[in-house]
Amino acid sequence: MQQPEGAASAATSPTMQSWSARSNAGIVHMVRHSVILFPLIGLIAVSLLMVFATDNFLSFTNIMNVLRQVSINAIIAIGMTFVILTGGIDLSVGSVLALASTVAAGLMVGGMPPAFALLLCLAIGLGFGVGNGMLVAYARMPAIIVTLATMGIARGLGLIYSGGYPISGMPFWVSWFGNGRIFDVPVPVIIMVVAYLVAWVVLERTPFGRYVYALGGNEHATRLSGVRVNRAKVIIFAISGLTTAVAAVVLTGRLMSGQPNAGVGFELDAIAAVVLGGTSIAGGRGSVVGTLIGAVLLGILNNGLNLMGIDPYVQTVIKGFIILLAIYIGRERR
Amino acid sequence: MSQLLSVKGVEKAFVGVKVLSGVDLEVGAGEIHALLGENGAGKSTLMKILCGVYSMDAGTIRIDGEEKHFSDYEAAVEAGIGIVFQEFSLIPHLTAVENIFLGREIYNGLGLLKRAEMRRHAMATLDRLKIDINLDVPIRHLSVAQQQFIEIAKALSLNARILILDEPTATLTPTEAEQLFAVMRELKRQGVGIIFISHHLDEIFEICDRITVLRDGNYVGTVDVAATDIDSLVEMMVGRRIAANFPPKPAINAARPVVLDVEEIQLERGGPVNAFSLREGEILGFAGLVGSGRTETALGVIGATRPHRCRLKVDGVARNFTNPADALECGIGLLPESRKEEGLITSFSVRDNVSINNLWKYTSHIFIDRAEEQRATIDVMGRVRMKAQGPQTQVATLSGGNQQKVVVARWLNHSVKILFFDEPTRGIDVGAKAEIYQIMRDMTKRGYSIVMISSELPEIVGMCDRVCVFREGKITQTLVGEAITPAEVMRYATAGEINAAA
Repeated sequence: MQQPEGAASAATSPTMQSWSARSNAGIVHMVRHSVILFPLIGLIAVSLLMVFATDNFLSFTNIMNVLRQVSINAIIAIGMTFVILTGGIDLSVGSVLALASTVAAGLMVGGMPPAFALLLCLAIGLGFGVGNGMLVAYARMPAIIVTLATMGIARGLGLIYSGGYPISGMPFWVSWFGNGRIFDVPVPVIIMVVAYLVAWVVLERTPFGRYVYALGGNEHATRLSGVRVNRAKVIIFAISGLTTAVAAVVLTGRLMSGQPNAGVGFELDAIAAVVLGGTSIAGGRGSVVGTLIGAVLLGILNNGLNLMGIDPYVQTVIKGFIILLAIYIGRERR
Repeated sequence: MSQLLSVKGVEKAFVGVKVLSGVDLEVGAGEIHALLGENGAGKSTLMKILCGVYSMDAGTIRIDGEEKHFSDYEAAVEAGIGIVFQEFSLIPHLTAVENIFLGREIYNGLGLLKRAEMRRHAMATLDRLKIDINLDVPIRHLSVAQQQFIEIAKALSLNARILILDEPTATLTPTEAEQLFAVMRELKRQGVGIIFISHHLDEIFEICDRITVLRDGNYVGTVDVAATDIDSLVEMMVGRRIAANFPPKPAINAARPVVLDVEEIQLERGGPVNAFSLREGEILGFAGLVGSGRTETALGVIGATRPHRCRLKVDGVARNFTNPADALECGIGLLPESRKEEGLITSFSVRDNVSINNLWKYTSHIFIDRAEEQRATIDVMGRVRMKAQGPQTQVATLSGGNQQKVVVARWLNHSVKILFFDEPTRGIDVGAKAEIYQIMRDMTKRGYSIVMISSELPEIVGMCDRVCVFREGKITQTLVGEAITPAEVMRYATAGEINAAA
């Protein structure tokens, strides 16, 4: 590695000093230019609305309820964020969730030690993710088509495996993943928080995370600059498969059964959370923090509309309009 | 030969920068008139004025002696001007008939298409060209030449009497070019005036009657083909400019080791086979016309595309790159031609752009050391004298020159030794150009070896220690030292075969 001759002298020039000084520019600037600004405002606004419209919105029990309800969608939405950040999409998550959960339940009922069965559940999710990624990266097929196909394949496999019936009768302690508590905090919430922390660190602090954003920003330039783009794509879809499988573990524990028909439409909920969280559907901009906010926002809406006693049919219409409004406010602001 | 088109004293400036000044052009009925000039000489601007896309600041356009003012493209078409651009405006999934009548379909009282009638009209036009084209298949199944004929037919069906062909042969095989010339001669016989833009002097001598030469937006002159030769044309095109603003070239040391030896590269099966080598510390130019295979060769070498055959050695060791990341591991990088599309990640800050391909340098265990990354970025920003608020500045807000410096900085920060610069100064101002030249020269002093692809002759002449001149995918000549002159480079780039025969 050659060193610049002028580096030492240049480092003392006035411009250099002002550069280093500005690098720690205020947190105000950070928030103002951050993609999570609007989602955050939305979350606060909706929460305030709920505080006034309902009696016990801010109670610990209710908040934990909301968080537990959103946990499965929020966990799936982590992987979805990675995929959407690169400009892709993963439609297979709902079906893979059902397949992984059903197979795990079946194996446990068949006598396999739950630890192994749950590891296998994770492996199924990972396997589908890797497969999706390979088809997108190396076979150069559009993500929307690949995952539409694997969505059908996973759903079908789950139905074949179970004969179409829910599988129940697994060891009781598996329920801990869905219904357990640690210091009054539901286990799914803890899993969710830990998963988000890991995802945030990966995206913000590792080279791979930088590649995710770079890929979404300009795939061609990223490839030409020497980043192994195809490998990154496979890992990104693998993450989506893995977070889906983690959600499957929670779901299995929650329902104490494997439901081959579970997870229908979950891909849309996850996409909604990602997009509400400020991540650009075209890729390159966004964050998992935003996605968590988006998922919680959706959960609060559900919860609040329930508490207000609004007809469930009407609720879906309201949610649709709120998503449209949010995307409208958040579109291409620069 | 009656005067059909007469253009006088055209002036045009873009945001204060003069791009055309005092340009004349006259085309007679039944004349094929070549418009010649280097890249950036103003040919395209003049053509866009002629077809109403740009307005002119001063000057007159007369057709049949009558002064015309084109407010838009439709007005020019109305006046009898037809243009076939380099990039066709045809829809690949539609048939020839559908393309010719796109937007002005003939239909009956029920709003249904009169297909037979449109077909008859299309046939009649194509008959005029004396060519035979399958009218019933989507045009994507036709050859490039045939698609071009459809473009010409489309212009003729709009009653064009002046036809502008913008580098029509650039994408054609020699046989196809002959077919095009036959069509052009037929139109000439029918009294159509044709403006033919081409860089290939041999073609111009084959088909044209007169030649108008532009240089740096100025009118140089109009000559009869019969009364001129290649040497005087090249002289008219390049003038007697001397290269300014270039750092001095060091003495050539032929004893420096060869760092990159491309023994053989063939991009496509049956295509031309090239070989070149790069010595340590030199700037090797890839000169030639746009589309002559320079960029494609560079992309093939670094594995961004998959060449049909490629044998190369880096520091004497045979390598095989399937991916730019492989080339990077051997210390080879490329700064692409279009910064925004291929170079920068525009949503990223300066720092993130600079460090994208060398993050491992600041990565301990699995985490990026951001303080170290920041420090290193500030360091390279100083080395390229980048004018930016700081490492956190979004690159989208920078000027073209500073954006190019971001891309340069990315590689400066890396352990690469060999760099391909593809059009490194395109679209940046004079001051920044000089800085980029200085940076490149400094890099070679520190042991970098550079391949510079450029369409700007002064840059090739002013910067390069050796020059490979490309013509139609083939390296026709490698010039060294004093032999690198604008005229020599232009000669091999435009008229390789004629020269070889002479």
